[in-house]
Amino acid sequence: MDQAAQTIVAIRNLAKAYRRGDQVVPVLTDITLDIAAGDYVALMGPSGSGKSTLLNLIAGIDKPDAGSLSIGGIDITALDEADLAAWRSRHVGFIFQFYNLMPVLTAFENVELPLLLTDLSAAQRRQHVGDALEMVGLADRVEHYPSELSGGQQQRVAIARAIITDPTILVADEPTGDLDRVSAEEVLNLIDRLNRELGKTVIMVTHDPHAAAKARSIRHLDKGELTQ
Amino acid sequence: MYYLRMIVRNAMRHQLRSGLTVLGIVVAIVAFGLLRTVVDAWYSGAEAASKSRLITRNAISLVFSMPLAYAGKIRQIDGVKAVSYASWFGGVYVTEKNFFPQFAVHAPTYFNLYPEFVVPPEQMRDFLHDRKGAIVGRRLAETYGFKIGDTVSLRGTIYPGIWDFVIRGIYDGAERTTDVSQFFFQWDYVNETMRITAPRRMNTVGVYIIALTGADRASDVSASVDATFRNSLAETLTETEQAFQLGFVSMTEAIVVAIRVVSYLIIFIIMAVMANTMAMTVRERLSEYATLKALGFGSRHLAGLIFGEAFVIAGCGALIGIFCTFPIAERFGKATGTLFPTFNVHDETIEWQIACAVLIAVVAALVPCWRVMHIRIVDGLRSIG
Ligand SMILES: Nc1ncnc2c1ncn2[C@@H]1O[C@H](COP(=O)(O)OP(=O)(O)OP(=O)(O)O)[C@@H](O)[C@H]1O
Ligand SMILES: [Mg+2]
Repeated sequence: MDQAAQTIVAIRNLAKAYRRGDQVVPVLTDITLDIAAGDYVALMGPSGSGKSTLLNLIAGIDKPDAGSLSIGGIDITALDEADLAAWRSRHVGFIFQFYNLMPVLTAFENVELPLLLTDLSAAQRRQHVGDALEMVGLADRVEHYPSELSGGQQQRVAIARAIITDPTILVADEPTGDLDRVSAEEVLNLIDRLNRELGKTVIMVTHDPHAAAKARSIRHLDKGELTQ
Repeated sequence: MYYLRMIVRNAMRHQLRSGLTVLGIVVAIVAFGLLRTVVDAWYSGAEAASKSRLITRNAISLVFSMPLAYAGKIRQIDGVKAVSYASWFGGVYVTEKNFFPQFAVHAPTYFNLYPEFVVPPEQMRDFLHDRKGAIVGRRLAETYGFKIGDTVSLRGTIYPGIWDFVIRGIYDGAERTTDVSQFFFQWDYVNETMRITAPRRMNTVGVYIIALTGADRASDVSASVDATFRNSLAETLTETEQAFQLGFVSMTEAIVVAIRVVSYLIIFIIMAVMANTMAMTVRERLSEYATLKALGFGSRHLAGLIFGEAFVIAGCGALIGIFCTFPIAERFGKATGTLFPTFNVHDETIEWQIACAVLIAVVAALVPCWRVMHIRIVDGLRSIG
């Protein structure tokens, strides 16, 4: 990262609490964080510290109670439900712990899914999906259903799905949490390549110090606050 | 195409559950169609009945007759084109179970008033020349195997004794709705027998059938007929044939209402079953729908997938059900013999079956769809199928 790092994620005084009955459980209090374009940030912290909550806010699938959250220059807290959905489809690539593939769709169709929200032609979609599956090393598994793939392969399909729309940020919540060592290594190497070769901005929640070691920077979250 | 594939594969995911639901819908749609057809069959006599023919009966009750002499007086009334008469015979063929309508009719005029009963001319000639001749409907003939030349014995109830008739003709219906299950013979034969066995019942008639010069004359002619015989020994009540037939049906209205209610209940029950199927299905897949939402798919897409799946399942059930309704109705119609004048599945019944399937699908998809649309993505992602 030698170029003047341009801030792509700007978080200011972000707060989030959950209500259980009439009890308010604060999860995040006053989070301020900048992430530069092309950065690869690992979010670590004890269980229940609010890592997933923060990641979900950044990804625009949850709403903060206070503070501002600007991604690629867009204040996503100001978007309504429909605009936020459209924004996610263009700017966020999701990588989940349990892959979250559609079991009734083949690897190919799963990767194609986000492209249905674009106006690419079927031929263009086919081209993109082919390239993405090639990139994750699954060109020979296109017709396989998720149940016919190993965990590591499923996660690689999910990664192909996450990058297919060329999103602004990639968010990954414990992407190796459900994988054995070898598969985990493959997935981490892949994410690393996406960051280094394609310049993707990656924000990854992880428990695993080995995984975090791959990131360019590590942020610790404890009791809803960022510690260094 | 992509979405359709996804919908169909989703519907096929739990084959046993979807299969049983489809089966339930098939049964419900067939039952609904069959019950509606029974109700239609019930009304079919009235439906096929003419609005341009009048029926005159004794004002007190159908069981009382009228003098034969009325025929001449009715014929003179303005607006009357032709008059015929008939008497309900109510005989038993072998056993009471074999019900079919039997009428003693004034043969020379009766069939002129009923052009929908189509009899080959030579058979009609044979019938008119045979005092004991009878003309029977095609369906009646097929049900009991009556052939031309056969002798059929009826045990009289209103007219005591054993009556032998010789089948001289078989009539077909000009319309699909024509009742081809009736048995006609000569009123003269009954009357001559009465002369010997019960002279007081001679020259009496059950109903007069009046053909009008125009259908618009129905109300004024019936008023004139009834006025003519006011204050006589047998006052009359004249109404259109259709009103007359509906009078019969209304006696059994309660049964018809019961059948209708049952048919709606069946649809209601299958609606609950289908709603349960969809609710279970969607609940198991909440995390998938949440993932789709995270990826940017909106309510329109999710509703499309859920309603689509409900329509696939209900559509399969309805399609099979509608196809099964025809052969089952046919067998049912055969099994009931000549109980109903006609037993046909109406187009309207099929339209109702389709409407029911649509309703079943919509109702079943509504609540799960609402739930998926309103669930927070993070909650949906946490849910385990
Ligand atoms: N929907 C919710 N309703 C109520 N409380 C919630 C909800 N989601 C999260 N929480 C609470 O917020 C806190 C932070 O949760 P979060 O999932 O962000 O933690 P985490 O750091 O990701 O933990 P882990 O490492 O176990 O995944 C927890 O105490 C959790 O109980
Ligand atoms: Mg978490």
